[in-house]
Amino acid sequence: MSGVPALPARRGEVPSVLLALADDELIVGWRDSEWTGIAPLLEEDVAFSSIAQNEIGHARAFYELLVGPDGDADALAFDRQPDDYRCAPLVELHLLEWAPTIARRWLYEVVDEIRITALKDDPDPALAGLAAKIDREEAYHRMHAEMWHDRLRDEPRFRKAVEELWPYALGALPAELRGELVSRVGLSEVEPVERGTHSEDLGPLWEEMTTVRRSAPAGAQW
Amino acid sequence: MTPTEPQVWEALEEIPDPEIPVVSLVDLGVIRSVDVSNGHVRIEFTPTFLGCPALEVMKRAMEEKVPGAEVEVISDDSWSTDRITPAGREKLRAAGFAPPAPREASTPKLVQLQSNVFRCPYCGSTETRLENIFGPTPCRSLRYCESCRQPFEQFKTI
Repeated sequence: MSGVPALPARRGEVPSVLLALADDELIVGWRDSEWTGIAPLLEEDVAFSSIAQNEIGHARAFYELLVGPDGDADALAFDRQPDDYRCAPLVELHLLEWAPTIARRWLYEVVDEIRITALKDDPDPALAGLAAKIDREEAYHRMHAEMWHDRLRDEPRFRKAVEELWPYALGALPAELRGELVSRVGLSEVEPVERGTHSEDLGPLWEEMTTVRRSAPAGAQW
Repeated sequence: MTPTEPQVWEALEEIPDPEIPVVSLVDLGVIRSVDVSNGHVRIEFTPTFLGCPALEVMKRAMEEKVPGAEVEVISDDSWSTDRITPAGREKLRAAGFAPPAPREASTPKLVQLQSNVFRCPYCGSTETRLENIFGPTPCRSLRYCESCRQPFEQFKTI
């Protein structure tokens, strides 16, 4: 689609990795925000809303890094067709039950910690600095995920949800980082649901997420 | 006429945090540097939390307060809650927000938040418990004081 800014070439191979990360954060933030107002506990309503806001803030920072100071991060975030998104199917799934929702939160945080930790050593100082900042904020998301994991680890519905989401979690990381995920989660390696394909849940999410952009292409004024 | 560096700092001291107006941007320690040279003002600004919806408001407030200034947002890990000034911490406490604990070498852990080292900003008791890691904004947690039975917000350490 025209209007999508060209990604800066100077980052070489990085953009697709970065775009994948940005899209994951945007979409997982969108999914988490769906619990606003309807989470089973008021405390979780607050927690999911706050986490969602922060994940979308991380997405914005990655998009801004990708488009550069004069680029339009919103255009990159919202003016692509669903097939052009690089998010992993893990974050797309429309989960309507609390057990798989918490299972995804926990798996996603483990995945995210592994790749953010790797990015902190990136030779690009802007990217490494951003990763370090995000890592500090994510400490609180991890606490939340770990707290629930400790509470539910022996609960059959939670274990079943983790096992069902496991191929998706594996596919969210590049092959070279999967070994660490396997040892952290403690499940054996299976056929992953790879990034690059999309679940059928992305389409309806994209429809809703981009409604305002598509109805006011020149930019909505609030 | 181009302002001097102290004048820019003074102007920035008058900009309240949009969500906790008792503290200024200078109190929060989010102004990393001010540079005035050749008639040009450059302000380096570090966001608190990247998910903070007040970032744009803060940036616009700086551009209005110091006309012509170039505000550069630096998204690295140079800001931490340790950069909140002593005056800023006092103002937070007086407004009912417990200031953040000092940052340690390791990342914060849940057990630390669940410990009772956090002091109630109302009565000073350390008999407080964690209610929620998350609060009304990304930078705050919710606690409850068992002594004076008052819920309060705690600035997260990052």
